[in-house]
Amino acid sequence: MKKGLRNWRLFSLFGMMALLLAGCGKPFLSTLQPAGEVADMQYSLMLLSTSIMVLVIIVVAIIFVYVVIRFRRRKGEENKIPKQVEGSHKLEIIWTVIPIILLLILAVPTVLATFKLADVKAMNVKKRDKDAVVVNVRANLYWWEFEYPDYGIITSQDLVVPTNEKVYFNLSASDVKHSFWIPAVGGKMDTNTDNKNQFWLVFDQKATDKAGGIFYGKCAELCGPSHALMDFKVRPLPRDQFDAWVKKMQNAKKPVVTDPVAKQGEAIFNKSCIGCHAVTPLDKRPAQARTAPNLANFGDRERIAGILEHNEENLKKWLRNPARVKPGNKMSGTYGHLTEEQIDALAKYLMSLKVE
Amino acid sequence: MHVEEKLTAETFPAAPERATLEGKNKFLGFWLFLGGETVLFASLFATYLALKDKTNGGPSAEELFQMPVVFMATMLLLTSSLTSVYAIYHMKNFDFKKMQLWFGITVLLGAGFLGLEIYEFTEYVHEGHKFTTSAFASSFYTLVGTHGSHVAFGLLWILTLMIRNAKRGLDLYNAPKFYVASLYWHFIDVVWVFIFTVVYLMGMVG
Amino acid sequence: MSTITRKKGVGAVLWDYLTTVDHKKIAHLYLIAGGLFFLLGGLEALFIRIQLAKPNNDFLVGGLYNEVLTMHGTTMIFLAAMPLLFAFMNAVVPLQIGARDVAFPYLNALGFWMFFFGGLFLNCSWFLGGAPDAGWTSYASLSLASKAHHGIDFYTLGLQISGFGTIMGAVNFLVTIINMRAPGMTFMRMPMFTWATFVTSALILFAFPPLTVGLIFMMMDRLFGGNFFNPAAGGNTIIWEHLFWIFGHPEVYILILPSFGIFSEIFATFSRKRLFGYSSMVFATVLIAFFGFMVWAHHMFTVGMGPVANAIFAVATMAIAVPTGVKIFNWLFTMWGGSIKFTTPMYYAVAFIPSFVMGGVTGVMLSAAAADYQYHDSYFVVAHFHYVIVGGVVFALLAGAHYWWPKMFGRMLNETLGKISFWLFFIGFHLTFFIQHFLGLTGMPRRVFTYLPNQGWETGNLVSTIGAFFMAAATVILLINIVITTAKGEKVAGDAWGDGRTLEWAIASPPPVYNFAQTPLVRGLDAFWIEKMEGKKELTPAEPLGDIHMPNSSFLPFVTAFGLFVAAFGFTYHNDAQWGLPVGILGLLITFGSMFLRSVIDDHGFHIHKEEVLELEKKEANA
Repeated sequence: MKKGLRNWRLFSLFGMMALLLAGCGKPFLSTLQPAGEVADMQYSLMLLSTSIMVLVIIVVAIIFVYVVIRFRRRKGEENKIPKQVEGSHKLEIIWTVIPIILLLILAVPTVLATFKLADVKAMNVKKRDKDAVVVNVRANLYWWEFEYPDYGIITSQDLVVPTNEKVYFNLSASDVKHSFWIPAVGGKMDTNTDNKNQFWLVFDQKATDKAGGIFYGKCAELCGPSHALMDFKVRPLPRDQFDAWVKKMQNAKKPVVTDPVAKQGEAIFNKSCIGCHAVTPLDKRPAQARTAPNLANFGDRERIAGILEHNEENLKKWLRNPARVKPGNKMSGTYGHLTEEQIDALAKYLMSLKVE
Repeated sequence: MHVEEKLTAETFPAAPERATLEGKNKFLGFWLFLGGETVLFASLFATYLALKDKTNGGPSAEELFQMPVVFMATMLLLTSSLTSVYAIYHMKNFDFKKMQLWFGITVLLGAGFLGLEIYEFTEYVHEGHKFTTSAFASSFYTLVGTHGSHVAFGLLWILTLMIRNAKRGLDLYNAPKFYVASLYWHFIDVVWVFIFTVVYLMGMVG
Repeated sequence: MSTITRKKGVGAVLWDYLTTVDHKKIAHLYLIAGGLFFLLGGLEALFIRIQLAKPNNDFLVGGLYNEVLTMHGTTMIFLAAMPLLFAFMNAVVPLQIGARDVAFPYLNALGFWMFFFGGLFLNCSWFLGGAPDAGWTSYASLSLASKAHHGIDFYTLGLQISGFGTIMGAVNFLVTIINMRAPGMTFMRMPMFTWATFVTSALILFAFPPLTVGLIFMMMDRLFGGNFFNPAAGGNTIIWEHLFWIFGHPEVYILILPSFGIFSEIFATFSRKRLFGYSSMVFATVLIAFFGFMVWAHHMFTVGMGPVANAIFAVATMAIAVPTGVKIFNWLFTMWGGSIKFTTPMYYAVAFIPSFVMGGVTGVMLSAAAADYQYHDSYFVVAHFHYVIVGGVVFALLAGAHYWWPKMFGRMLNETLGKISFWLFFIGFHLTFFIQHFLGLTGMPRRVFTYLPNQGWETGNLVSTIGAFFMAAATVILLINIVITTAKGEKVAGDAWGDGRTLEWAIASPPPVYNFAQTPLVRGLDAFWIEKMEGKKELTPAEPLGDIHMPNSSFLPFVTAFGLFVAAFGFTYHNDAQWGLPVGILGLLITFGSMFLRSVIDDHGFHIHKEEVLELEKKEANA
């Protein structure tokens, strides 16, 4: 067993090292670097439960190590018959009652937090406060649509929200079940095909700055071949900048293209793409008809297809064969073969779609 | 006591279904199996209750259900449960002929029930209430149909036992078999009482 | 019919196993089939880890990865862990209660073949278009959308078939334990593993029907135009989630309670001490099982059930930690004051405590609903349940295999190889899964086939993959050990470890076909230990030596299960091909036909005569 102990020590050393390397993750993605009220609340629950549990582990570990070393069968004890103990009521009561107390300490804040996080009254009152921001999130294979019902605008893939205030979400899915998760900002909630879920998040300004202005969003429910690639980005803005962004989106007209190559791209787009993709934020079609991401501010986006770095090269790669980037996506096969020239034109046009 | 022993009315034990270890095992095992079946039907009922108003434009429970047919079917099945009690009563008294007679009546009543159910289902289909119509229809046919297939299985089971043992008479080898078959039949009956209440009565009240 | 084992040809041995109703041989069948599925599931796990070793890897991409992932989970739970536990239950429980056989030997065989053909059917999907790809939970909207191939149909039908087998096994063990205990074996004298089997069987009996119902709904929706999970026609996919988890959570206890039972036996044996707090252990087992049915919705905290439901299920879940904690401390205090011998099974048992405690405490963390919104469907959950299922169940399976191998096969597995394989497995296990907690906490969702660079997940995933190879190496060494042992292992006596406490160690290894020549009289907990302490080498018999009644072998269980296998193919393809429906009906006819034959053909079993028993016992004593 001596050898075993040395092994244990080695192992824990390695574990600690790996931990240090991993650190607490990236500020734009990690639940361990909470960036808002919800994530804060959840983080403190994590800390509370972890500390209670570490206490339990320490107690068990001490008894464990003592027992395993002290009571091993030594040389010359081959015929030793230990006393056959039935049990001990006192001990058994102790290790029943103490865990119950520990669990109560955890249960109370858990219940309180659960109710607090589910409090969405403010978004459902008849006369909603004008300043309360509500976003309808609609999850699709494999992209996200964000509709701002109070402002009449729609965008996709990049969620823009005001900082330091509650933002309310209506969550639904249009094809299969997904789950909406911005790890740094707060826990997830499922987007179901059967009903609408509601919850709220707060995006902290300081944390946003620390994260570089962008948070990563994920789909957390297996939804098909490209589940792993169903990312979105969140761009929290100070309230005044957010209002300005909304204004710009509301005023965005049909894009005016001047560049001759982009014009050519627009022609191709209007022939092959416009059936699904809208290019203005004011898309009046019903949700079922909006079968592809809104591209009104495509030029301002963080990523191509939610995952690739935002440049023309990647956009062309995506247009050439979307299935290579996102297997199982719904865009593959909806348009005919495009020549390199057409792809160049289309990319130019798409990159010119800007609101800001 | 030995299973194959030829017995008389005097030597036949009071609880022949549990007189041998095999019988005891069968008796207990079957009760446990019915426990599992109860959970199965409970799940079907729960789903039905969740989906019963989701008619998707098809006919609703209120529009479909007809009391006369359902009531008659209920009466047939309840009576068949009673007749199977008589059969077991005679089994315990070592009266093989009467047992067979009452089981025979049980089978006839059960067949009558099944006939009515098939008639009922075809009527519904004619009225546009198909399995594929709506979530309500799917859950209705699955719940009531699962019960119906239990009835059919029970009928074949009792019939097989009657024919197989027609010449042999009663002994401790087949007494437990008759007994658990009747137990199964009672279970089917109890499930129907719930179906009648939850599906039909509650459906007609709306 | 002679029962004395002679050298037999391969064909005869095969036929023997195809028709056997002997619980000990059925245990071998479960061990072999479960073991093969375990290797398959392990291979799938390795593929998963290879794909995730580095960002943007292209070893298994998209849909194919999802198939491997689904089959890894489904195989490990339904086709490896449960059957392997069933192997030990079959091998040991009748012996531990002093019975000659199980209550329903025929049903026992039928249960095995149902499981086997269900598992075989499920795995046929690999060669017929594609395996199921919606995760082992197979959430309804995704499984209904998975239309490229019949994978999900293989899942629904295969699991229904194997589920029937599992329910049969459960009823069999319940009746066996209630009705077939030897004189003096009261409930509170039953070994812990028998108790665990008893409670587990009750769990199976009540937990599997909801799964069956859910699978029927899904089959109806996919193959017969049903609308249970189709929101457009009024259906509701959340119903699937409830039905699945009403089964799925008890399933966790179906796996872990027998594992607890195995460890309880091992701790007591190799500490040379009776189990500390036996009655509270029994009570805790029952309580865990009871709670197990009230907490299913903690898998659904993020579904949107509302704060009331979430809070109730959170608190109920926390409550389970109490009886589980009681068990941990009872095991520690079983060793306290004991004389611990570190054999391979004891290595696994000792290692189980810290490993399982890790999984247990993260379980409590997950139960805090508000915080679970963060953990849910992240790698934190993956780490948690692997700590519980590998650190608990797989450790128990490996411990049990080493512990009861001599009893089942009469030869001792090599201890040196066993310990090497233990260390590799133990280190590999922690290497693989510990780091995954942090992957989850730093935002990595579960069930992703790849991840992009620069999200802080590279090191963690690489470490995890390396760990997986350690476990693979451990498994290979275990296989080598088995081969060597089978070829030239050291033959062992009845009490193979020398410290056996329960009845199975009082008879020969492997036991004779009738187990006990004379049914023993049980005089207390750890019946064999009591006899040994009084200086006796054998049990006190409860009856004079006499003829022993045995059940007949039968090929019908195989045929009955095979019929369902055929039927499942027919119904899977009935929408695509003309032959579908007829084949489906043919399969059902085979099944119901063999049930009919079973019903009309009398089966009275046979007797092993007293003289034959005496001869066998004498031979055993001389060996």
